[in-house]
Amino acid sequence: MVSLLDIIGPVMVGPSSSHTAGACRIGLLARCLVGGTPQRGVLQLHGSFARTGEGHGTDKALVGGLLGFKPDDERLRTALQIAEKEGLDYKFEKTTIADAAHPNTVRISVERGDTKSTLLGSSLGAGRILIQEIDGYPVEVTGNFDTLVLVAEDRKGSIARITTILAEHNVNIATLRLTRKERGGDAFMVIECDEHPDQDAAETIRGLEWVRWARSLDKVSGG
Amino acid sequence: MYKALADAIAEAESSNMRLADVALNAESRDQGRPVEEIRAVLKRALDVMRSAIEQGSVGDLKSASGLVGGDAAKLRNDAHGPLADTVFREILTRALAVQEVNAAMGVIVAAPTAGGAGVLPAILTGLAKQKNVPDEKVVDALATAGLIGAVVAERASLSGAEGGCQAETGAAAGMAAGAATEMLGGTPSQAGHAVALTMQGMLGLVCDPLGGLVELPCVFRNATGSAMALAGIEMAMAGITFAIPVDEVIDVMGEIGREMDVRYRETAGGGLAATPTGRRLAKERLYQIKRSDG
Repeated sequence: MVSLLDIIGPVMVGPSSSHTAGACRIGLLARCLVGGTPQRGVLQLHGSFARTGEGHGTDKALVGGLLGFKPDDERLRTALQIAEKEGLDYKFEKTTIADAAHPNTVRISVERGDTKSTLLGSSLGAGRILIQEIDGYPVEVTGNFDTLVLVAEDRKGSIARITTILAEHNVNIATLRLTRKERGGDAFMVIECDEHPDQDAAETIRGLEWVRWARSLDKVSGG
Repeated sequence: MYKALADAIAEAESSNMRLADVALNAESRDQGRPVEEIRAVLKRALDVMRSAIEQGSVGDLKSASGLVGGDAAKLRNDAHGPLADTVFREILTRALAVQEVNAAMGVIVAAPTAGGAGVLPAILTGLAKQKNVPDEKVVDALATAGLIGAVVAERASLSGAEGGCQAETGAAAGMAAGAATEMLGGTPSQAGHAVALTMQGMLGLVCDPLGGLVELPCVFRNATGSAMALAGIEMAMAGITFAIPVDEVIDVMGEIGREMDVRYRETAGGGLAATPTGRRLAKERLYQIKRSDG
């Protein structure tokens, strides 16, 4: 459903909603994966991101996102210099991810302390984004909600347990998608929340012995 | 949100409301947010639009490639043109200003996109200043513009890569024309005709930026797109109607966009981007950007 505020907005640093605002949002989500400004980042640009990214400030927007700058933050303009000061060592590579990949696609690998993570995301136009892969797991994250992404053993009652933890932390679930490759195999869960799940909620879920892997992603778009 | 402007116009006229009210109510219902909250977001957008106009009018900005910048100030300070001291001139200046800020990585409101972000602020704030329209009504006009844009997104496209420039500055001009017509006292039906009268003039416009950058001709397309919107507003407010219903005009814009060769959809493969000078400038400037970045 098209929202009026998607049409009159976002407020953003120019020049292109897909090459700048969308790129910044993908960077912000990569930052979430390691819980803060990474020390190292490798950014592989595909398609139009690789071809015209420099003129559109895509490089600055992606790095700005890693630094925690939002799409309307004027520091995006000097993000590359700020990254040097803040000890973020970044490297851009031009690549072809897949022939069928969206023209504005990037793969970002980030490291912070002992934490490493990789995501694959596309900027779809008008600042909308879609993260398709996190650490090799296929996901669909739009950034319109605070989102928990987790991989768990496929066992009875797992959804009930997780939704209870969220309810106890006063978090309402907007959407929940569960997929698995086979019966008894790993289950992927993408849970979009109306409220921001706090550190404690995320830690409690991560601490469940049958949860193999969990990440919490901030809401980065939507009015 | 509405999928046809005709439905929104019928709803507004049957309940004696404006399109702005109909749009705000629909958004509030769709998103589960109070109208006042939506108006507050739109008010912030208006503030950002005004500060972009101010910033871009000074004339000290240059785009990444250096191809555009400083022209809004030229238009502001020149006294020779036949339209000096008219609102028409003022609006052209404002459209250039916002788009120059955008090209220089300044803060703008994508409305509907960054590439077409100059038209709506230019038309609404330019006319509001001339006619002393209070901010509250300009915020209403942004809601009306959002409604029109949402219908275009639903029926056609708002992306140059999908539908050419007619989908970006063309849609922006249609949004601005409908919104301004209502802001200045036109009926919902007159606003609909303003959209149709404006967008018919933007049909077929290709997206052909040099080097694929949102600079040239994008900055100037925002000025000429604003001129088209003013023509639509002027005709609709005089009671002129357009025989093809506005939703059909939007549909045909989408149809032309889908049939447009990929060279004319933001790929820099055709149009001005593919002229000998266009190719040469893009090559030189892209090389310069790479060098200056490091």
